[in-house]
Amino acid sequence: MKKYILGLAAGLGLASLAVTGAFAADKLKVGFIYIGPPGDFGWTYQHDQGRKEMEKALGDQVETTFLESVPEGADAERSIERLARAGHKLIFTTSFGYMDPTVKVAQKFPDVKFEHATGYKTAENVSVYNSRFYEGRYVQGVIAAKMSKVGVAGYIGSFPIPEVVQGINAFMLGAQSVNPDFKVKVIWANSWFDPGKEADAAKALVDQGVDIITQHTDSTAPMQVAAERKIKAFGQASDMIKFGPETQLTSIVDNWGPYYIERAKAVIDGSWKSHNVFEGMKEGLVVMAPYTNMPDDVKKLAEETQAKIASGELKPFTGPVKKQDGSDWLKAGETADDKTILSMNFYVAGVDDKLPQ
Amino acid sequence: MMFEAILLTVATAATPLLIAALGELVVERSGVLNLGVEGMMIMGAVCGFAAAQMTGSAWIGLIAAICAGAAFSLLFGFLSLTLATNQYATGLALTLLGLGASAMIGESFVGMPGVRMQSISIPGLTEIPFIGKFLFGQDPIFYISIALTAAVAWFLFRTKAGLTLRAIGDNHTSAHALGVPVLRYRYLAVLFGGACAGLAGAQLSLVYVPQWVENMTSGRGWIALALVVFASWRPWRVLAGAYLFGAVTIGQLHAQALGIGIPSQFMSSLPYLATIIVLVLISRNKRLTLMNTPASLGKAFVPDR
Amino acid sequence: MMRIEIIRRPQHSALFSALSPFIALLLTLLAGAVLFAILGKNPVAALYSYFVEPLTEIWSIHELLIKAAPLILIAVGLSVCFLSNNWNIGAEGQFIAGGVAGSILPVVFPDFQGWYVLPVMLVLGMAGGMAYAAIPALLKTRFNTNEILTSLMLVYVAQLFLDWLVRGPWRNPQGYNFPETIQFNSSAILPEIWTASGRAHWGFVLALLAALLVWFMLSRMLSGYEIKVLGRSARAGRFAGFSAGRLTFFAFLISGALAGLAGISEVSGAVGQLRPSISPGYGFTAIIVAFLGRLNPLGIIAAGLVLALTYLGGEAAQISLGISEKSARIFQGMVLFFILASDTLIYYRIRIVSRSVETAAKGA
Repeated sequence: MKKYILGLAAGLGLASLAVTGAFAADKLKVGFIYIGPPGDFGWTYQHDQGRKEMEKALGDQVETTFLESVPEGADAERSIERLARAGHKLIFTTSFGYMDPTVKVAQKFPDVKFEHATGYKTAENVSVYNSRFYEGRYVQGVIAAKMSKVGVAGYIGSFPIPEVVQGINAFMLGAQSVNPDFKVKVIWANSWFDPGKEADAAKALVDQGVDIITQHTDSTAPMQVAAERKIKAFGQASDMIKFGPETQLTSIVDNWGPYYIERAKAVIDGSWKSHNVFEGMKEGLVVMAPYTNMPDDVKKLAEETQAKIASGELKPFTGPVKKQDGSDWLKAGETADDKTILSMNFYVAGVDDKLPQ
Repeated sequence: MMFEAILLTVATAATPLLIAALGELVVERSGVLNLGVEGMMIMGAVCGFAAAQMTGSAWIGLIAAICAGAAFSLLFGFLSLTLATNQYATGLALTLLGLGASAMIGESFVGMPGVRMQSISIPGLTEIPFIGKFLFGQDPIFYISIALTAAVAWFLFRTKAGLTLRAIGDNHTSAHALGVPVLRYRYLAVLFGGACAGLAGAQLSLVYVPQWVENMTSGRGWIALALVVFASWRPWRVLAGAYLFGAVTIGQLHAQALGIGIPSQFMSSLPYLATIIVLVLISRNKRLTLMNTPASLGKAFVPDR
Repeated sequence: MMRIEIIRRPQHSALFSALSPFIALLLTLLAGAVLFAILGKNPVAALYSYFVEPLTEIWSIHELLIKAAPLILIAVGLSVCFLSNNWNIGAEGQFIAGGVAGSILPVVFPDFQGWYVLPVMLVLGMAGGMAYAAIPALLKTRFNTNEILTSLMLVYVAQLFLDWLVRGPWRNPQGYNFPETIQFNSSAILPEIWTASGRAHWGFVLALLAALLVWFMLSRMLSGYEIKVLGRSARAGRFAGFSAGRLTFFAFLISGALAGLAGISEVSGAVGQLRPSISPGYGFTAIIVAFLGRLNPLGIIAAGLVLALTYLGGEAAQISLGISEKSARIFQGMVLFFILASDTLIYYRIRIVSRSVETAAKGA
């Protein structure tokens, strides 16, 4: 009982402190808005890992808060505003759908810095950051074409948005660089995260004869199905090797930590400036999990491809590339600009699927 | 070969729906509507996973899931039966609570590969082409689900207790007047429903996708509820409905993989539309449906003393 | 061996009608304190975050109204359905249908601008919700199909249809091919009530008006009487010459219209464009709101505000104390359980019987 009376005193004290905001002075308060729970072991999990890395690296200099499972739409604006009002000076909003709410709240709080993931609207105090996940997809494509006996890979997509379409195309181009006749079958799960449905999709692909599965959904279910059916698969967002020790070839790991640390430091030392970055292997945002379950020559080829992409020598979207309908997209030697990549809404030749137009 | 593989996939997809729906069917036959199936199912999934993970035995996980589902359903039972609260609202609250509590219990189990319940294998029989694996090579929960369908059908229509249960569902006041312990029957039915939902959850986290993640039931509890109505409260029709739903779900994925070019959203909505259409066809015969619908469904019972 | 028994009161208790919300609140606070203590958090601070902090600032009260408006609108419509024994649990789908139909003008014909745009949008939104609700009503009256199932299945269909629209034909051509429509022009935006202090829009006022209208209909008009009679006993209603089929349509259309209105006011007031998902489950939460408000439109206003508060409070507790969003959901479930349980006291007396005494009494 005594404890609770003490608690009451502490509670009231805390409330009054919060009003004056006295104790936020020395630490930078950093807020995060998550689209899912940190326990999804996919997209949000990796952002949360980044947050933890930041806490570890900057120690006493920062204090972090996150709001999880914030729906896109009317709720997002309130959640972001609440973080800003609670004294957070740097706020990361980690899903595309938070774009307009972030910009709106940013107008009201000019002294707070905002960082929006995967969008395209910037402002004086709003930065945009995005990751070239497709670079990893290209490497996966190279591996898939080397490893597949039937020459067909299965691809489980979440939603047909540019990020996912980029991945499918880069995968296809990587595969075609090894085997020009390589085919990809696509199934849309219409969900980012539904283990049951993703497992069903993986099974359907296996039943249709593919012997490699890659996914752009967040759960580990497709990896488990691949393991059960004794074929190979690629992980997504995090290293899923635990779910397929003899199955995973590699995985694209979203590595946000370095970026989060860099931006928090920039706010602390006053050098923060709004920018729009699209970073990949070179800057360490896209990391490949160890190459496993493949012969040495394939591993070597994969490592070389990765090194070339990281050094900028190889750009996945480099001509000659034809679109799915047979028309020319990139002439020989021509590379796609970022705007085309960021709004990609068409397939390259060889993909066996149609996009909603 | 492909046919059999698809059949197996459909069976795995249909089994959790079937089990949860069978449990709810018994509950509804007793005149109680428990909208908390999703909540009980996810509690079963998380407790089953946790127990299997800690002991290394999928069977212990299965038993834990059944107990968790049943225990959780008691909460609903106490409110809706003993305190005669509104069943619709209480069931919804149970779902809300289950989704939150399971996420909290499961926090430390995220990202762990789970224990898979192994499929059986009978030398000689499992290798029969086309149907061997379907009949003799699946996981134990599949066989439980089929046995459960038969058992529920037998219990409801061939035993005296089943007859009493249905009588309570049709008119609890007159059943009470005849000296039937209405609340005791209903408590047992609710417990059974909870146990089944828990088992269905275990199928998800031990067979379907051996892992734990938040919200992994993703609405399957609601589909199970719909199946009960779809089946007009008949066990074998629940089985047919679950497999139909499973078949359309898997079928649309195959259609997508073949690249037929219809927007995937339309394909994904097929299972729901198919359910509606079949239901309309079934329910056109008004007398037959009314005959099967428990008349006291969703109404609280308070004995006059 | 102890047993709890409830005995129907001859008439419902006015005392407990008034007291029950407070009993529930007290129990919730106690159980909440225990829960937070178990989690190792300061219970008083946690409860403060939940129930007081969101109300300490004007902007936050605006947010409360934004959150409560769709819940109240939908729940008021549902109360008409539930009172008349029509189990419409597909309000979520009708909400989406309303949002989509109401957005036709600003998305497909953005050149139409003027004072008339907003009224047309609201009417179209209501019409969309009505049309979508008419499907289960038609199937129920025509083919005797169970409305719980059809209305629920249609929710999934509506969600997928909206998804297809914003990824396909209605996608913003300048939006980097992301799944959203263009931003509505200013004449298609539901204005804010009091811009200086927050962003609450007229949707909340619409909700209040709807609640009052439906309350008036239910308590003062013949149709309200019809609804209650038929809801209580279909036979008695038929005897009085009321048509159950007509009433089913009536209830579904009202509830669809209000869900559709909620949909379009949310889209045009709080979001300003269509997105793949426009509702975080309002249609389902509103079922709880309808029952918490005891199917009375005025009670529903209060219930909607209380439920909205738990959302905001959960968020505040995440920030100030790091209490995970999961506990917020557990807490909501608990609040509901206690409110439902306390309501029992209104209609029943509760008696704790020890079994040995009972047997003894029977023996005597």
